[in-house]
Amino acid sequence: MLFFALLVVVIFSFSFEPTSEEAQRISGGLMWVAFLFAAVVALNQTWARELRNQVLDAYRVSPAPGWSLFLAKTIGNFLFVMVLECLMAPLFVVFYNLRSVGPESMLALSAVLGTWALVVNGTFFAAMSLRTRAREIMLPLLLFPISIPALLAMVSATTATLTGDSSPTLALEFLAVYDLVFTIVCLLLFDTVLHAE
Amino acid sequence: MFGRFAALREVTASFDDGRLYAIFGDNGAGKSTLLRVICGLARPSSGKVTLLGSSDLRSVLGGVGYMAHAPLLYDEMTGLENLHYFAGLYRPVDDDKLRDAIRTVGLDPGLTRYVGQYSQGMKQRLSLARATLNDPKVLLLDEPFSNLDPQSAKAMSRLLGEMRDAGRTILVVTHQSVHVAGIADESFWMSAGKIVDRQPGIRAAESAVRS
Amino acid sequence: MKTAFIVFSLIVFALLTNGLYQALVAAPTEATMGDVQRIFYYHVPSAWTAFLCFIANFVASIIYLAKRNQKLDAFAFASAEVGVVFCTVVLLTGPIWARPVWGIWWTWDARLTSTLVLWLIYVSYLVLRRYATGGQTATIAAALAVFGFIDVVFVYMAIRWFRTQHPQPVVGGGQGSGLHPAMLHALLMNFLAFAMYAGLLLWLRYKLERTSHLVEEAHAARAIAGDAR
Repeated sequence: MLFFALLVVVIFSFSFEPTSEEAQRISGGLMWVAFLFAAVVALNQTWARELRNQVLDAYRVSPAPGWSLFLAKTIGNFLFVMVLECLMAPLFVVFYNLRSVGPESMLALSAVLGTWALVVNGTFFAAMSLRTRAREIMLPLLLFPISIPALLAMVSATTATLTGDSSPTLALEFLAVYDLVFTIVCLLLFDTVLHAE
Repeated sequence: MFGRFAALREVTASFDDGRLYAIFGDNGAGKSTLLRVICGLARPSSGKVTLLGSSDLRSVLGGVGYMAHAPLLYDEMTGLENLHYFAGLYRPVDDDKLRDAIRTVGLDPGLTRYVGQYSQGMKQRLSLARATLNDPKVLLLDEPFSNLDPQSAKAMSRLLGEMRDAGRTILVVTHQSVHVAGIADESFWMSAGKIVDRQPGIRAAESAVRS
Repeated sequence: MKTAFIVFSLIVFALLTNGLYQALVAAPTEATMGDVQRIFYYHVPSAWTAFLCFIANFVASIIYLAKRNQKLDAFAFASAEVGVVFCTVVLLTGPIWARPVWGIWWTWDARLTSTLVLWLIYVSYLVLRRYATGGQTATIAAALAVFGFIDVVFVYMAIRWFRTQHPQPVVGGGQGSGLHPAMLHALLMNFLAFAMYAGLLLWLRYKLERTSHLVEEAHAARAIAGDAR
């Protein structure tokens, strides 16, 4: 998984010429697309262990509330993807010779908020795709359209911080609201999806 | 209903407390589905299920134990870790009780092997331990004796009898009448989604009524 | 029901014809863009109609999650499909309009971009419908519909705030900025016509879906009664 993340960064560096002036401006977008792909590969594995021995039945037969299972999985995914990003981001900085004009803390914040946005919906849709054919394509298929607003915000915040052209505050606030709203929706609806067989 | 296949058709049955019921039938007769409907894993397309006095199955699941064909255990953890984890879904857990539970089904609680490396029979037995973790009043067991050698099967049979004597209600789906012969209070036969016969004890000749 | 349907169809036909007349003949020719601008009378009403359909889908899905009534599910499915159709019209008429007028195929203005994302969301809903297995497709689809609709709010805001990097061609004078009354009239007439037409299509599609449900129920009843497996 880590090696895959590295490969993604390298491929991007080959496809998008890192030496140009443009690179500074689009690097935010590039990074997030790279994170997105890595995240999807990770998210597809979310429920793999549960599927193997039909463990989900054990959860469904217990009085434990569905949302606690969801939250646990989401946090797990979040930490895992954050680790991937901690690997990929420095690589991007190195390959693209990035310098951040704005404060690095803003970058970290946008990474945290953005990753949570992807992971919270991703974990939910991963559970949904368990009930479909073409399971592995279904996850990104559902996740991408819904994540577009978050993606716009993430990229905006990152680019704004890197180039110093504008303030990332609006984008970060937007992401925070997005995260809050969708976390609540996921928590409310997870039980329904878990028990839909 | 599964698509256009009716797994259960017009099944009406009631089960009393503290008795052990054996459920026999061909493959595809609907036995597994019956258990799943009872504990809420499958939703009936019509009809009602009342469990432990309640129609709201979710609220009474704390008193139910379910064992399926599949082990319902994580391959990546040891036996004790698995039980510890699943027990935690119900209430705070005492490791000693878990160790006892493991010993009761004839396994070694100190086993450091991951469940993924267990034999089928061992997984089966641990699965039963998992189903009994929360001290359930109702136990739903789907083919608990499959994959067990005769000795373990006898031990499990005795164990189930003891549980029934302690006041639990047990439904056992099985193909092998010999294991439940001594302990069943009543047996059901199912065929093609319906209950076709109901007898006290076990009919010695398993000439299941086919219709 | 048949008579009601026929009467409704005739009304819709009349409205559509009127709409066509209004758009192509009655409305004055636009100063700068010429006759091509008349696509506006299809582009905008389609967008509004699509949005109406998606609102219907959202409401039906939410109530379905509460009540689990199959009819609601059929309605949700139908409204999503009809919505996607009208959304497609918007996305196709956009470029058709943009090309002769501005020489570009696509404009990244807020509305068109939002419509694209809207289209993506509801097409993914339809794909989920097709690929879901098991008897609870309706429930899962309803959950997705809730996500999708909530997302729409975020989509509009995000595009407005984070996508305005370069000046864009103003899509039609229809931003309330002094629309000629005859044009407004044509616009609204077409909206009415399209909305009614959508209603007609919805009705048909709903009936179709319900019939399919009923066939399944009949099969189920037969299976339960003990005929074929």
